[in-house]
Amino acid sequence: MRIDRLHGWLGAGLALAALLTLGCGGGAGEAGEGELSGSVQVDGSSTVYPITEAVAEEFQREHPRTRVTVGVSGTGGGFQRFCSGETDVSDASREIKPSEAEACEANGVEYTEVRVAWDGMAVVVNPANDWVQCLTVDELKRIWEPGSTVRRWSQVRQGFPDREIVLYGPGTDSGTFDYFTEAIVGEEDASRADYTASEDDNVLVQGVSGDPASLGYFGFAYYEENQGKLRALGVDGGAGCVQPTVETIESGEYDPLSRPLYIYVSDRGLAKAQVREFVEFYLTEGSELVRAVGYVPLDPDQYQDELEKVRGLADGAPSAPRAPADTAGEVTDTAAEGDATP
Amino acid sequence: MSAAEIRSGRALLEAPPELQARRRKGKVFQWVCLSATLVGVVVLAALLIDVLVDGVAWLTPAFFTEFPSRIPERAGIKSALYGTIWLMVLVAVISFPLGVAAAVWLEEYAGKNWVQTVIQTNIANLAGVPSIVYGILGLAVFVRWMGPITGGRSVLSGALTISLLILPILIIAAQEAIRAVPSSIREASYGLGATKWQTVRHHVLPNAFPGILTGTILALSRAIGETAPLIMIGALTFIAFVPEGPRDAFTVLPIQIFNWASRPQDEFRYLAAAAIIVLLVLLLSMNALAIWLRNKYRRDW
Repeated sequence: MRIDRLHGWLGAGLALAALLTLGCGGGAGEAGEGELSGSVQVDGSSTVYPITEAVAEEFQREHPRTRVTVGVSGTGGGFQRFCSGETDVSDASREIKPSEAEACEANGVEYTEVRVAWDGMAVVVNPANDWVQCLTVDELKRIWEPGSTVRRWSQVRQGFPDREIVLYGPGTDSGTFDYFTEAIVGEEDASRADYTASEDDNVLVQGVSGDPASLGYFGFAYYEENQGKLRALGVDGGAGCVQPTVETIESGEYDPLSRPLYIYVSDRGLAKAQVREFVEFYLTEGSELVRAVGYVPLDPDQYQDELEKVRGLADGAPSAPRAPADTAGEVTDTAAEGDATP
Repeated sequence: MSAAEIRSGRALLEAPPELQARRRKGKVFQWVCLSATLVGVVVLAALLIDVLVDGVAWLTPAFFTEFPSRIPERAGIKSALYGTIWLMVLVAVISFPLGVAAAVWLEEYAGKNWVQTVIQTNIANLAGVPSIVYGILGLAVFVRWMGPITGGRSVLSGALTISLLILPILIIAAQEAIRAVPSSIREASYGLGATKWQTVRHHVLPNAFPGILTGTILALSRAIGETAPLIMIGALTFIAFVPEGPRDAFTVLPIQIFNWASRPQDEFRYLAAAAIIVLLVLLLSMNALAIWLRNKYRRDW
């Protein structure tokens, strides 16, 4: 009878599926001979995600038996998991908060803060614009704050021409948007809405370069690639006018539109060979990738410092409790003999 | 007004104004209903065309064998596809026996008393609970609390969560299939001296099976597109490997699509469209299988 046959068939199928499931249970993460394997768990900031994703991708090309997972829970969500010991590495677009550090301590999670890149933002105008060289944070705030009534350049500062100001900026899904609004308006995601928004920075580049009276902002990397078509404005955060350059972003002088990006690495993670390799890879091969995904890499010396910090930790006994800030200087010397990398 | 005019319909057009107004209302209503129907069809067609136009060119063999990548030309859905298959197999293995057993108990063993009523009402209500709520439950129970067994944010946790989500649907479908088996069959079985277990085992279940199977497949095809609960339990990750066991981390097609669609570059939108095509093909073939099974084994009593 047909139904009986179907029945038997199904039973067999289910049994097979169950077998498969059970049979596969063990094998995950077993090491090959001398080959790097095991898992590296990363979670955290969506701003740092593109860098970590690129690093994870390249790292796994080199070490195919490792398994790197990269989540995007946001900096806070990432720390929550990190401090409960779930992840090895946490992406962060800000320093760890005291409350988060307490949570880590409560769970006995020791960690190291590692800087991996700079995130800068350029405020740009059309090259044909000859009336503005520099805007203060306050002027930018008046232009961009929610409910802003600035429609013409003359409303920004006395002496500017009476021309319509055409605004371009990233859309609300963008990390650049979050950061700009927080740094300039003072509240994350608070912005006027009547501007041309695009998640694609190339659209913004085209918009500003095609409109003499326009003003826009986006990631510094895009400005760097399009210097011929745009002019970046200096930003005055209270200490005079600072032009965005790789140098001023790196030094933190280009304030408030630059910030360092971090990864936090747990000591328990560093004790694992694959995590240690991953972090070293991040700091050696990473600078190329940082540039490729649109951020400003650290100075090579800084990468070297961070690398030595991590190596020193991995070599030393990671169990003694200590404040992560003090570690940097002390460990640098011990690790100097590590690898003679250029 | 001559009889010929009435027959030819001319008289209808010249009917008294109130009657004309009533007829007009009828016509308007008919059109409203038709356009309501068309909204769904047109939207579906627009969606399919849009997705096909964007995605077809990216459906290369490499698309199925490559892992996700930040470089669109190098990106594929291997980890997401394997993750989805893993998840579906596990969900089937977990939810099918549970669902069928529950349905058998409710239909064959539980009498018509308040216990049965309470459970039945609860199941019906559970079927309407938003999926994100199951995600929170899964995060608390399977990821955190049962972490040492499930491996935390693993395929197994995901499968258990999704199983909970589709169980109510599955139970209701199985119950209906069991209820459709005429009681004369059961009575004949009892009449020949069979026990309740024998009756259920040899007569009720085999006859209800096609219906149960159809219900299961339809429930699974709902599960295949679920995203929210899986994001909740932490499957939204960059994963460039295939799960090797139920305790491994995973990602699934809808999450990969979400990830790609939220990227700024156009190429990733096309990749997302290509992945949507794969997901739709999977979904439609599961539904087709369900319909085929139903037609093939349908029985009229």
